[in-house]
Amino acid sequence: MDQFQSTQPIYLQIMEMIKKEIVSEKLLPQQQLPTVRDLALQYQVNPNTVQRALSELERLSLVKSDRTIGRFVSDDLDLIQSLRQQMIMEKVETFVDDIEQLKVTQEESINYINQAFRERKTK
Amino acid sequence: MIELKNVSKHYKQTEALKNVSLSLKPGQIVGILGPNGSGKTTLIKILNGLLRDYSGEVLIENQGIGVHSKSLISYLPDQTYLANWMTGEKAIDLFKDMYSDFDESRMRDLLSKLKLDSKQSIKTMSKGMKERFQLALVMSRKAKIYILDEPIGGVDPAARELILNTILDNYATDSLVIISTHIISEIEQIFDTVVFLKEGEVVLCDDVDQIRSTHNKSIDELFKEIFKC
Repeated sequence: MDQFQSTQPIYLQIMEMIKKEIVSEKLLPQQQLPTVRDLALQYQVNPNTVQRALSELERLSLVKSDRTIGRFVSDDLDLIQSLRQQMIMEKVETFVDDIEQLKVTQEESINYINQAFRERKTK
Repeated sequence: MIELKNVSKHYKQTEALKNVSLSLKPGQIVGILGPNGSGKTTLIKILNGLLRDYSGEVLIENQGIGVHSKSLISYLPDQTYLANWMTGEKAIDLFKDMYSDFDESRMRDLLSKLKLDSKQSIKTMSKGMKERFQLALVMSRKAKIYILDEPIGGVDPAARELILNTILDNYATDSLVIISTHIISEIEQIFDTVVFLKEGEVVLCDDVDQIRSTHNKSIDELFKEIFKC
């Protein structure tokens, strides 16, 4: 229930969640999306909010709709690839902003990143 | 679907509603939000034809309050009204007789989802069970308008989630759901429109995502800010 941040419109947050699923291949190209009703139940939000998120994703061509069958993830692999790059860059930019405020150098931060990945693997 | 124009209501000394104007459409899930005594239940009773001596105009599907409007609305009052001597089955029979839009198979489905046994008598049900049972009855009608007065008031968080799921599962694009509550944080994401009532006046009525982006706050945070003493 507290999966949503309080200050941002919920439809934007749902768009982000679906984008993440596409990029991480939990939702594959051409895969059919759950219905509005099922997504509303899954996220426990208003169906109109889900509808709005899906319409926006359609506008971005990440989702295609077929009137009779339902909605599908786009089959445009280039588009999905560029979404992936964009989402990675957003995260990296945020990280670099934060780490620069701590006066950490590029090399030092890369070392820390490597260390963090190593520690995760051993866990 | 529901139009209110300058609706006011007095109880002797106090003004319970002041010039309330609202326009609610099918497909919406509307939250009527306000602290205790802000006029939520008064507003809901007017819509259900339980209070008649108000001023202003109320139209439901372009008609005044009456037989037609009552047939459209499935109403969950803020208090339990099932008689103690009844069993759940008896209450289901009563609803079948009273409402032609009552869908028994939906009721059976809800009973199992809400973990209720209809053979149990109302008397032996806990407060939370009674509330869930009444909600199941109300949601099992295929109504155009559902009006739920404090549906999550007395129930624990797990039951709350079940209730929200019941409301969402039952959602139809041609029906209107109105929910009054003073507990907002766990329910705000199922609304698309909220109405803030303060001392009988509408102080805010807007799209939920619009409010979040204009105020940079959740509905709950804004509510606490507007109603702090």
